[in-house]
Amino acid sequence: MSRLFVPLLLLAAALFAAAPFVVANAPFEETMGLVQKIFYYHVPSAMMMFVSAFVCGIASAIYLFRRSAAADRVAQAAGELVVLFGLIVLVTGPLWARKAWGVWWEWDARLTSSLLLWMIFLAYLLVRRFGGPGSEKLAGAMALFGMANVPFVYVSVNYWRTLHPKTSVVMTLAPGMRAAFWFSVAAFVILYVLLLTLRKRLEDRQATVEQIYLAIEE
Amino acid sequence: MTQFLRVAWVVMRKDLTIEMRSREIVYTTVFFAASCVLVFAFALVREGRPLEDAAAGILWISIAFAGTLGLGRTFERERHTETLRALMLAPSDRPAIYVGKLLGMLVLLAIVEAVLVPMVGLLFHAPVFARPLWLAALLAAGTLGFASVGTLFAAMLVRARSRDVLLPVLLYPITIPVIIAGVRGTAALFQATPDEPMARFWAALLVFFDVVFVTLSLWTFEPLMTE
Repeated sequence: MSRLFVPLLLLAAALFAAAPFVVANAPFEETMGLVQKIFYYHVPSAMMMFVSAFVCGIASAIYLFRRSAAADRVAQAAGELVVLFGLIVLVTGPLWARKAWGVWWEWDARLTSSLLLWMIFLAYLLVRRFGGPGSEKLAGAMALFGMANVPFVYVSVNYWRTLHPKTSVVMTLAPGMRAAFWFSVAAFVILYVLLLTLRKRLEDRQATVEQIYLAIEE
Repeated sequence: MTQFLRVAWVVMRKDLTIEMRSREIVYTTVFFAASCVLVFAFALVREGRPLEDAAAGILWISIAFAGTLGLGRTFERERHTETLRALMLAPSDRPAIYVGKLLGMLVLLAIVEAVLVPMVGLLFHAPVFARPLWLAALLAAGTLGFASVGTLFAAMLVRARSRDVLLPVLLYPITIPVIIAGVRGTAALFQATPDEPMARFWAALLVFFDVVFVTLSLWTFEPLMTE
């Protein structure tokens, strides 16, 4: 991964530099017009948020059952990225909703479940930060339970009438939009991998520094 | 298996015996739940008339609040007397200890609910005895879901700093499906003509939640409580 880091970084920079032009050149959606362009940021961010939640949950499970410190560091990095990408989703979503539906927020299934998932991982970070010694395990359980909770949250909030476009919309995009959309997804995936690696590396180094400190004290 | 159940039974009886002697947690939690209902009454009753459809929500929010308080107090007692470690040192299955604690918590919450349900019915004109079995089923399934996650988290938080504030911070986001299902299911029963299929749907969701989260708790209790 460390050898791939610089090429990937350059690729991500190139993709994000080109993204505004690709998005601008994509055809306009008939009813929503310009505001639909948020789609190219909103949906890939949401995808990364859910991917990251599962990365965090699975890494936490590995940490809890195998006692692997490296898995815990991956979980922490992924947990922070859930909150980061979730923030992008929760900021761009209402901006789009205001234009498309006329309201900033709607208690719709997909919105509510995204908000709850985001809150679960915010709680995850709070435990890590303020739980004191031994909070890694507690946070691990939170991530694992949070992951298991996703289907329940989804089913239970689905009771309300759904306004949000279904995920099947991705498959039925106009050809020009589809290219721009998958371009954005690729850019976000690479960005996600880069951020995860970078954050994990920072944690690795902090762990090493701590070990050195302990060795000196002994 | 019988050994497992016996340990769970002994742990539960120990908790209930301590509680019977002081009655500290039962009295304070029931009083707290009742004052929660009253606070909601002052917020939601206007011109002498309760808000339509508010009873189910108030019932479940009060259960959740009182449950958090009870969970915190139960484990605070173990921490104060430093008996949780002794409990963990006992030569028995760790999950059995978890089940014992959970049973004790369920008994406490059942007492709280026995007070809350008639109170909500009285103050908010809710027909709580229209479908008593369905209501009991929803309450039992919802309480089990809430308490199963709550007992695990409270047990883990015993060692953490700022445990009082972290318990609700962790517990509420995870148990939102329980609250939604409990409130919607109960509201369906409290309608003028009770909507049984709707109540059954939400009860089924709660049972499913219970199965997944009790299994997950039993599975993770051992690695989580090992230092």
